[in-house]
Amino acid sequence: MRSLWWSSLPGRVLITTAVSTLAVLGLAGYILLEMAAGGIVDAKRQAAVNEAVGVHAFMQQQLRAPESRSVAVSEALNRLADQAGAQTTQYMMVIQAPTSTLVSRGITAESVPADLVETVTARDGLFISPTSVRWTDPEVGDEPGLAIGTTLVTAGGDRVPVFYVFPMTSELQVLQVLQSAVAATFVLLALAIGLIVYLVTWQVVSPVRRASVTALRLASGQLDERMKVKGSDELASLAESMNQMAEELQARIRQLESLSAVQRQFVSDVSHELRTPLTTIKMAADMLYESRDDLGPSARRTVELMWFEIERFDVLLADLLEISRFDAGAAVLALDDHDLAAIVADEIEAHRPLAERQGIEIRLRRTTEDATAEIDARRVRRILRNLLSNAIEHGRGRPVDVTVAADEDTVAVTVRDHGVGFEAEQSAQVFDRFWRADPSRTRVVGGSGLGLAISLEDAKLHRGWLSAWGRPGRGAQFRLTLPRSRDHKVLASPLPVVPVDDQGSRR
Amino acid sequence: MTEPKRILIVDDDAALSEMLQIVLRQEGFETVRAASGDAALTEFRRSRPDLVLLDLMLPGIDGVSVCRAIRQHSGVPIVMLTAKSDTADVVAGLEAGADDYVAKPFKVKELVARIWTRLRRAADDGEDIRRIGDLTISVSAHSVKRGDQLLPLTPLEFELLLALAKRPAQVFTREELLDEVWGYRNAADTRLVNVHVQRLRAKVEKDPENPEIIITVRGIGYRAGEPVAD
Repeated sequence: MRSLWWSSLPGRVLITTAVSTLAVLGLAGYILLEMAAGGIVDAKRQAAVNEAVGVHAFMQQQLRAPESRSVAVSEALNRLADQAGAQTTQYMMVIQAPTSTLVSRGITAESVPADLVETVTARDGLFISPTSVRWTDPEVGDEPGLAIGTTLVTAGGDRVPVFYVFPMTSELQVLQVLQSAVAATFVLLALAIGLIVYLVTWQVVSPVRRASVTALRLASGQLDERMKVKGSDELASLAESMNQMAEELQARIRQLESLSAVQRQFVSDVSHELRTPLTTIKMAADMLYESRDDLGPSARRTVELMWFEIERFDVLLADLLEISRFDAGAAVLALDDHDLAAIVADEIEAHRPLAERQGIEIRLRRTTEDATAEIDARRVRRILRNLLSNAIEHGRGRPVDVTVAADEDTVAVTVRDHGVGFEAEQSAQVFDRFWRADPSRTRVVGGSGLGLAISLEDAKLHRGWLSAWGRPGRGAQFRLTLPRSRDHKVLASPLPVVPVDDQGSRR
Repeated sequence: MTEPKRILIVDDDAALSEMLQIVLRQEGFETVRAASGDAALTEFRRSRPDLVLLDLMLPGIDGVSVCRAIRQHSGVPIVMLTAKSDTADVVAGLEAGADDYVAKPFKVKELVARIWTRLRRAADDGEDIRRIGDLTISVSAHSVKRGDQLLPLTPLEFELLLALAKRPAQVFTREELLDEVWGYRNAADTRLVNVHVQRLRAKVEKDPENPEIIITVRGIGYRAGEPVAD
């Protein structure tokens, strides 16, 4: 509900405006009707009193007239009532004659409230009271009206209460017409205001929506996207700011792109400039190294050291250039269908001599028939070389287990050693550039310190995973998971990153 | 004793090309040098080398153009020297007709091995005449004919075609072809195979879009087309 409320600005404005407008309109309508009703009732009252006074005076006069003296009081009253009733239909009369109650045609005596009867009977004067008029015809419902009560004094000195009943039928009709007029106005105004609010909100919201769409397009890389600027209002300034931002973004991105191009060119140039002299140095060193047996012992050792260090320099330079290629975003995949298990077996064979020198046995377990995937063999081989030489270097002479597995979407390989391992929280750091578990440790295999960083980049380039697990003294396991092809996604790996053989000894 | 093989070294880096000269002479090759693209073409015409070592980055005419110019008249093996092995330069060089490439910095042994692979001729093992598709290969004559028409192939293209023709039943992976034709024991850059298969197809296929001589086996590699009677 809350989220629905916040989901649409026009909706929110519309509802808020509608509710508040309806409240105000309702109140205004109510006050209008109250005042109108009050005014109408007051006017009616005034008119009724005037009329009642006039009629009463006439009746009193008639009753006291000398020609009436001979007539019986009741008869005189009857005549008077008839006379008065004939003149107008504005009021009805109820006369409580001493012998009987005379009631005008159409209404019943109950139309006069009992307390008014009491008051008039008890005191002299003119009394007025609202009442509900009861008609003799039961089909017609009660109607509000006014009852005015006063006393006639007969020639004989008897007091006769007389009541004038004024039904407010026409006033009621006027009020009803007024009520429906107010209600209709209320509905029309509500609709009109709703529409106006909607139109106004839309005028504000639609540029904001356009801005949002434009921002989305900009974010998705369509940097040429701009908003139309109309007029000079706040919305135009929004559009202008948006466009300015897009302009800035575009300029910045172009700048970065050109920087990156400069960087790529630089890497490429450095690569060429450094590699050519290194090639010469390397060849010279190769030649000297080949003929080292002809040299004296110290010259021979010098040549050997030079040769080894040039090799190391070579590896370091190659790795550095590789990393800068990744940094410049210049690394591209050369994908082809390959059997991961075959590549793994190949690399194990290539590492066997090195492993044997360390007394390490490399065991390959293949749990799947089909480990083919669209991969860049050169990069995958490089990852495997890094993992294998790391396992051999840190393996402390214990066997290294390599497992290849696959599922529908992915192929995976784990390289498990039972050597020195590393702290659990270092499993992310191992991929850092030039990171070392123990800086004081002597190196057996060498390497640039960039191997795992490059491997991680290679894996990422494949949209795959490279994960590490390690515990001090219990060895390490690295797991490479690659998608079968560009259409597949790595969501899970067919192999666990925590080695199966370690789970029992977990503390 | 056979004539020593002559190698043309084209590199603008004087130290490197002198070092290459020392190393290659020690290996028993005769060497000539050129420091620019223009000089390379002049020297190529003058000394008729058995193999060209060609740096791709050259002053004047660049390496790719030199490669293309040589290929117009000659099938002589060209091995590129490149500092940028993973860029488009290498593919451009291969497409221009270079047979192989060596990435700087290289080992002397590696370079010499590459050179020897390109210099050796296909061994005359077994049959002299082989058929692939509607082509006839003569190993002794080092020639490929369609009917009576001689198809001019470079030595590398000849070897590639012969490798496929020798075992018509086999589907070769790119790695196997790299081993067989380029002498790479450990799998190397499969772009070599891709580019040269394309070049070879352009020369031997009637319609390179629908190859009948070198057939692609999806996901694996290539195989020879069925021999057809003339």
